[in-house]
Amino acid sequence: MVRLITHNLLACHAKDCNTNNFPLEFKDVQLEIREADFNPDFLKGFMPKIEWKALVDTARQLGDTSLPLEQPEMLDDEFLKNLHHVLLEIHVEEGSMTCPNCKHVYPISNGIPNMLLAEHEIG
Amino acid sequence: MSLSLSFTGHHDPQPLPLTLHSALFTLHSLSSVLALLVCAAIVLVLVLVLVARYYGDAEAKKYTSNTRNQQIQADMTYRALELLNLPPGQPAFLLDIGCGSGLSGEILDEEGYLWAGVDVAPSMLEVALEREVEGDLFLQDIGQGFGFRPGSFDGAISISVIQWLLNAETSHPTSSPPHRLQRFFTTLHSSLRSPSRAVLQFYPSSDEQVQMIAGVARKAGFGGGVVVDYPNSRRARKVFLCLFVGGGGGGGSGSGQGGGKGEEELPKGLEGEEEESARVRFERRRERERAKAKGGKRKAVKDRDWILKKKEEDEDEDEDERGRGRGRW
Ligand SMILES: C[S@@+](CC[C@H](N)C(=O)[O-])C[C@H]1O[C@@H](n2cnc3c(N)ncnc32)[C@H](O)[C@@H]1O
Ligand SMILES: [Zn+2]
Repeated sequence: MVRLITHNLLACHAKDCNTNNFPLEFKDVQLEIREADFNPDFLKGFMPKIEWKALVDTARQLGDTSLPLEQPEMLDDEFLKNLHHVLLEIHVEEGSMTCPNCKHVYPISNGIPNMLLAEHEIG
Repeated sequence: MSLSLSFTGHHDPQPLPLTLHSALFTLHSLSSVLALLVCAAIVLVLVLVLVARYYGDAEAKKYTSNTRNQQIQADMTYRALELLNLPPGQPAFLLDIGCGSGLSGEILDEEGYLWAGVDVAPSMLEVALEREVEGDLFLQDIGQGFGFRPGSFDGAISISVIQWLLNAETSHPTSSPPHRLQRFFTTLHSSLRSPSRAVLQFYPSSDEQVQMIAGVARKAGFGGGVVVDYPNSRRARKVFLCLFVGGGGGGGSGSGQGGGKGEEELPKGLEGEEEESARVRFERRRERERAKAKGGKRKAVKDRDWILKKKEEDEDEDEDERGRGRGRW
C-alpha cells in the first residue's frame, strides 16, 4: 500500500547516500486505485511538506497528469480533489523503487516496500 | 507481556546432538559421517526455516486475535495519543514504529489520523494487510534507521517495540545495541516536524536500560523524558518515553504548562491503582478541547458523523464480552 503521500517523504537511507537520493524511482509498477475519504483540511495542512516537482513527475510517470507543474496559490476544490487522488488513492502494489544516486533497489511486493539493507549498506 | 517475546524466532536445535551421536556410533567410514553431517545440517536448516515460518505466521495471528491483548495494546495506544498532545481538531500524519499487525494503527484510523507504519516481521505485516488497516506499511528494521525526509511526520508512536533494539542481532558492529539505538533515534528525530513529539511505550527489564535508552535519545537531540504510569502496580505499570522535538509544544491543553516557545513540561504519570480506560480519558479530553475550540471552523479529520456512527456500531458490539469490540476482529 505504498501511496505517493509516503513516496514523497521517502529518501534512500543506505550508508553514505546523502545527496541526490530522492525521489526513489518507480519501476515495473502495478497500480490499484482505492477510494479514500476526501479531507481538504488534511491536504492543506500537508501541502508545505510536499516536494512538488517530485510529486508531479512521479504522478505523471504513473499516468496521472492532473497536477499543475507549479504549486498553485489558489487552492480550489478541483485542485484539492486532484491532489487527494494523487496522494491518497493511487496504490503501488508491485514493482520496485530505485535510488537515483546509489541505485539501491527497494522491491515492492503486496503493496509493501522492502526497506531492509544489507550489512554493508547500514549507516 | 509475554506475548511480545515470541517474535525473534529463536528455536533451539534440540534433536541434532542425539541424531549425531547415534550416527557416530553406527557409521565407521569418515566420508559417510561427513555426508550424514551435511544431510543432517540441511534437514535441520529446512526444519528451522519451516518452524520459524509456521511459528511466525501462527504467532502473528494468535497475537492479533487475542482479545485481552487487543485491549492492552489499544489502551496503551490511547495513552500514547494523549501524551502526544496533538493540536486538537487538526489533521496529522503520524508514524507507527513497529506497527505489527495493526492493533495500534487501527486506533489511529479510528481517531481519524493518517499514518505510515514500519515493522520488521513480514508475518505481522501480512496480518495487517488482511485486516485492511489504512496506513502505508513498510518492511523495515528500525535499528537500521529511517530514510524519511526532515519534518515528514507530525508525531510518532511506538507500542511495545523498542525493547527489541537491546538485542544484538549479529557480531557486526552495525548491529550492536548502542549503534542501532543511536541510528534509530537520530533518524527518527530528523523525520519529525518541529515542534512535535514521539511517544514510545516499551518493556525495559531494568532501570539501567531505561536510563541508557533515554540517554541515547537525548544525545540524538530529543527533549522530554520518561513517564511511568501506575509505578507501584505490578500489573498496570507502564513505561513511556515521551520525547520532544523543538520543545515538544502541542496545541492541546491537558499536559504541560509551557505553551509559547520554551520546552513543554513532561506530563505526569498516572497514579494509584485505578485503571480508567485510556480510551475514555482520551476521548473525554478531546471532547473538552473540541467544545473549547468550537465555532464551526474546526472539523474532525474524518467526517464527524462517520466517527459517531462508527462509535455507535462499536457500542452495539460491546454488548458481547469483547470489551473493546471494534467491528473488524
Ligand atoms: C508486541 S508487537 C507490537 C505491535 C503493535 N505496535 C501493537 O501494538 O500491536 C512488537 C512488534 O515489534 C516489531 N519489531 C521488533 N523489532 C523490530 C525492529 N528492529 N524493527 C521493526 N519492528 C520491530 C515486531 O515485529 C512486532 O511486530
Ligand atoms: Zn541511495
